[in-house]
Amino acid sequence: MNKIAILMVFIIFSCVLISTILTLRPFGEPKSTEMDDYIIKNAQNETGANNAVTSVVFDYRGFDTLGEATVLFTAVAGVLLVLRRNAHE
Amino acid sequence: MSEPSKIVKTIASIIFPFTMVFGIYVILHGHLTPGGGFQGGAIVASGIVLLLVAFGSAEIAKRVKESHLSILESAGALCFISLAFLGLFKTFFYNFLAGSNFIFGRIPPFGSNPGDMNTGGVLPLMNMSVGLKVIAGLSAIVLVLSLFARSRKQKKR
Repeated sequence: MNKIAILMVFIIFSCVLISTILTLRPFGEPKSTEMDDYIIKNAQNETGANNAVTSVVFDYRGFDTLGEATVLFTAVAGVLLVLRRNAHE
Repeated sequence: MSEPSKIVKTIASIIFPFTMVFGIYVILHGHLTPGGGFQGGAIVASGIVLLLVAFGSAEIAKRVKESHLSILESAGALCFISLAFLGLFKTFFYNFLAGSNFIFGRIPPFGSNPGDMNTGGVLPLMNMSVGLKVIAGLSAIVLVLSLFARSRKQKKR
């Protein structure tokens, strides 16, 4: 019974995945969106940085980087909280 | 576990300064070349891990306290968030230094150019604060983990 349920779930899941693959766009399409063109044309003028990736990470999508920094901060705080007292005993 | 040999210690102390210079270069040139705060911070932290492996955690823990590292990490996070808030007169994370002819305020010409350190607005400052944060955070994690492993080993004996 349990094995049959697992098999059913597996088959349904793979059907969903395969149907998703069949509806994917072909490789390399869409060629470029408005967002790419905007960043390539205006990143140097607006942020003054040659590296467009950095200007996206820290300027256009700065809020995302704030989340990343928060993840790192939480990880460090958790590790220090758990292990600091044990390290000195 | 026996002490690492003299060869390991010598090679580690030769390689360490180069690792530091390369990591700090990646952090400081984040707005010109590939890399940035996270990547350069990981490189510098890997140099510190090299020291930990070669000289042992007790030797490093005498010189560096993880509470100091944790303070440095919080300072980096605070710098990052306050830089984001300083642009709040327009929007959150507004690049208020770009094009202002102040520090890092120059605008490079469009297209490929040799690159100028004095560009980028707040991006270099943010790279520096994130780099400080990543250096301090990763080294604190590795230091505390190695101290913990060492205390466990002593307890077992």
